[in-house]
Formats: sequence, C-alpha cells, structure tokens
Amino acid sequence: MTMQSLSVTLGRIVEEEEALNVDELSRLCAVEQSFILELVQEGVLESQGAAESRFVGRSLRRARLAVRLRRDLGINVAGAALAIELLERIETLERYQDSFPGGAR
Amino acid sequence: MEFKDYYATMGVPRDATPAQIKQAYRKLARRYHPDVSKEPDAEARFKEVGEAYEVLRDPDKRAAYDQLGSGPRPGEQFRPPPDWGAGFDFRHDARQAGGEGPGFAFEGDPSEFFEALFGRAGGAQGRAHRARERGADHHARVIIDLAASLEGGTRTLTVGGRTLNVKIPKGIQAGQHIRLAGQGEQLPGEARAGDLLLEVSFAPHPLFRPEGRDLHFDLPIAPWEAALGASVAVPTPEGPVSLQVPPGSRAGTRLRLRGRGLPARPPGDLYATLQIALPPADTPATRAAYEAFAAATPFNPRSSLGAGS
Repeated sequence: MTMQSLSVTLGRIVEEEEALNVDELSRLCAVEQSFILELVQEGVLESQGAAESRFVGRSLRRARLAVRLRRDLGINVAGAALAIELLERIETLERYQDSFPGGAR
Repeated sequence: MEFKDYYATMGVPRDATPAQIKQAYRKLARRYHPDVSKEPDAEARFKEVGEAYEVLRDPDKRAAYDQLGSGPRPGEQFRPPPDWGAGFDFRHDARQAGGEGPGFAFEGDPSEFFEALFGRAGGAQGRAHRARERGADHHARVIIDLAASLEGGTRTLTVGGRTLNVKIPKGIQAGQHIRLAGQGEQLPGEARAGDLLLEVSFAPHPLFRPEGRDLHFDLPIAPWEAALGASVAVPTPEGPVSLQVPPGSRAGTRLRLRGRGLPARPPGDLYATLQIALPPADTPATRAAYEAFAAATPFNPRSSLGAGS
C-alpha cells in the first residue's frame, strides 16, 4: 500500500444551512413533502421565519426518526410525534440519572 | 454461504398465515428497532428480522424460498439450486406488492444469502434504473469526542468501510448532522455525487455533560463554602475561571457561566451543579470541630418528617 495522506473533508452543520426548508428536508429524509408538512402540523418540527422557511434545532433528526418509525413499524404521524416525545424524555431522564455519581446505572 | 431460516428468525411456523407473519414482524421490529431498543445487538437483529419479513411477506418470494426446504444439514454450506426460482416473478420492486411499507426496513445491505436468491431488486440500491441528475445522499451515525466540537478539530472517521478525515464544525451539538458534500453515492458520467450526512453523538466526557448547546458538570464544595459563600476555581472548556458561590447555597443548585458551553451560534452556557462534600471526621481536630459545630447549632435536618429529633 502506498502511503497516502488522506485529504481532509470539510464538514458543515446541516442545521445551520440557510436552505433547510421543506424541500430540502423532504429530500434529506427521502420522503414526500406532505409528510414533512404533517409533521409541522403535529408540532414535531421547529421552524424559523415565515411559512416553515427554515427548520432549526432537532427538526432533521426528528423528521428522519418519524420516517423510520413509519417505514419500519407502521406508525402514523400522530403516533410518531408521541414516540419522539417519549424517546426524548427517556433520553433526558437517562442523562439526569447518569449525572448522579454512583447512581443506579 | 450460510442458509437463513427466515421462519426461525421470525419465530413463526412454516405454515404461518400472512397475518401471523405480519404480527410477528411488528412485535420483533418494535423490540429491536435501533431507535427504540436497548438490546445490545438490536441493529443486527433488526436487520435479520427485516430481511426475513421482506421474503415471507411477499407471496412469490415466500413460495420460492419454501422450495428450498428447511436448508442444508448443520455444518453444510448452502448453494442455491441452478434452476432455482424458475416460474416466479419476484424481481420487482417490493413496494408494488403491499402499500404499507418498505422493501427493506433498514438502511443496510441484505445478507449474501438474500442477494444470491433474490438479487438486489428489493434492496435500497435496486430501485433507481432511470437516469438521475444526482447521486443519493448516504446517512450514517458517528460518535465523536466533545473536544472535536469545542475546538473544531479534524477527526478520522470510519463510515461504511471508508476512512475519512473530517474537519468537525466547531460548536456542533449531539443530534445535529454534518454534511460532507460529494461523499455520498457516486453516479457514472457527469452526474453530481450525493452527500454524506453524519448524525453526531458524543462519547462520554470525564467532566462535561452536553445538553444541546449547553454543558453541565458537578461542582463539589465544602459545607462552609456553601453556607458562607466562596470564590472557587472551576474548569471550563477554555480553562479554569473563578466562580462566586453565593452564601446559603444548597446542594443541587445550578450556577450558570454564560457563553462557556459549546461554541455554537449563539454559544451555549456552562452549568455547575453544586454538590456538598462532607469532610471525613478522621482526625481529632476535625472531630472536635464537628462536635463544636453541633453544640453551637440548633439544627434538626429531619424536622419535616414529623418524627421528632
């Protein structure tokens, strides 16, 4: 094998890109736009600016999670919204639990 | 190649009805779904279950699979018979068969066994035959150290068998995604390559616990520091600073150091959660001090329990 120094790939934070709109989000999730709009109506996604012009925060992660839950478990948008809320609550509780030295885990 | 007993994977008899198969799949999928499951081998199990369901839910694939019988004797290698699959039409997109779900219920490659029997027609890569302007985006999850976000350094990541040197964007938070432009699917010809998107999580840090753009840590203080107030040296990602503990502080109180969290836009805050550390009474001087303290202080920590002192 020849010694080859790997080139460095510049990473950008998707959540900070200006173009993270309905169009781009549906492309990144490989899902129809109507599904993204349903998630907006359900209050799962956070957007900034008028008419869902730009999604922020955990929107991409939540949307992809909703897509996987629908695809793999047949969960509809309302069910996915609930599951995401509960999963995030578990995550918070586990972090809280971990923060006690010598805690239960 | 290894024979896959899809009925055993799904835990159903060979004569199970489609409804039984679907029910078994749903139960197993909920149990092993990587987003939901706490089982250690969830991802591998979920993949197996998805593949088994892909075959057993499709009448053509199932009939063809059933022709193989229950597989070779233990220890023998499996080879598909040369005329296998004749008369069956299963090399179509699985999506046409049922409205409900996926071909593959996972973002991964099917087993060698599956591919030998059914080709890649049901797999994620098999769908696109028409010419496309752009390669597909690929997605993966990566675990990075907190320092990479704090300092924005370069890290070597292994993603789908490839090794990449990635300049981590400063201030990235867990749950956010790093886009590596042009590192996704490459199409032949002029077409633009897809991107690679990495969902970030952090490896545990010995001191700081990230929460969004904020960082948290526990700050032990002495009882007299809590009671009287003190100026104490505390760690921050950019080095120690001095923090004013107000008099009368209680354990569990959070003190905020504004702008000392992850260097996001806007930057996060750093929170110190106070913990009161008790010095052990292991010298005569300390014992005497505790006794004097007790004598000087009328204090019943159990007054709210209503059981006397």
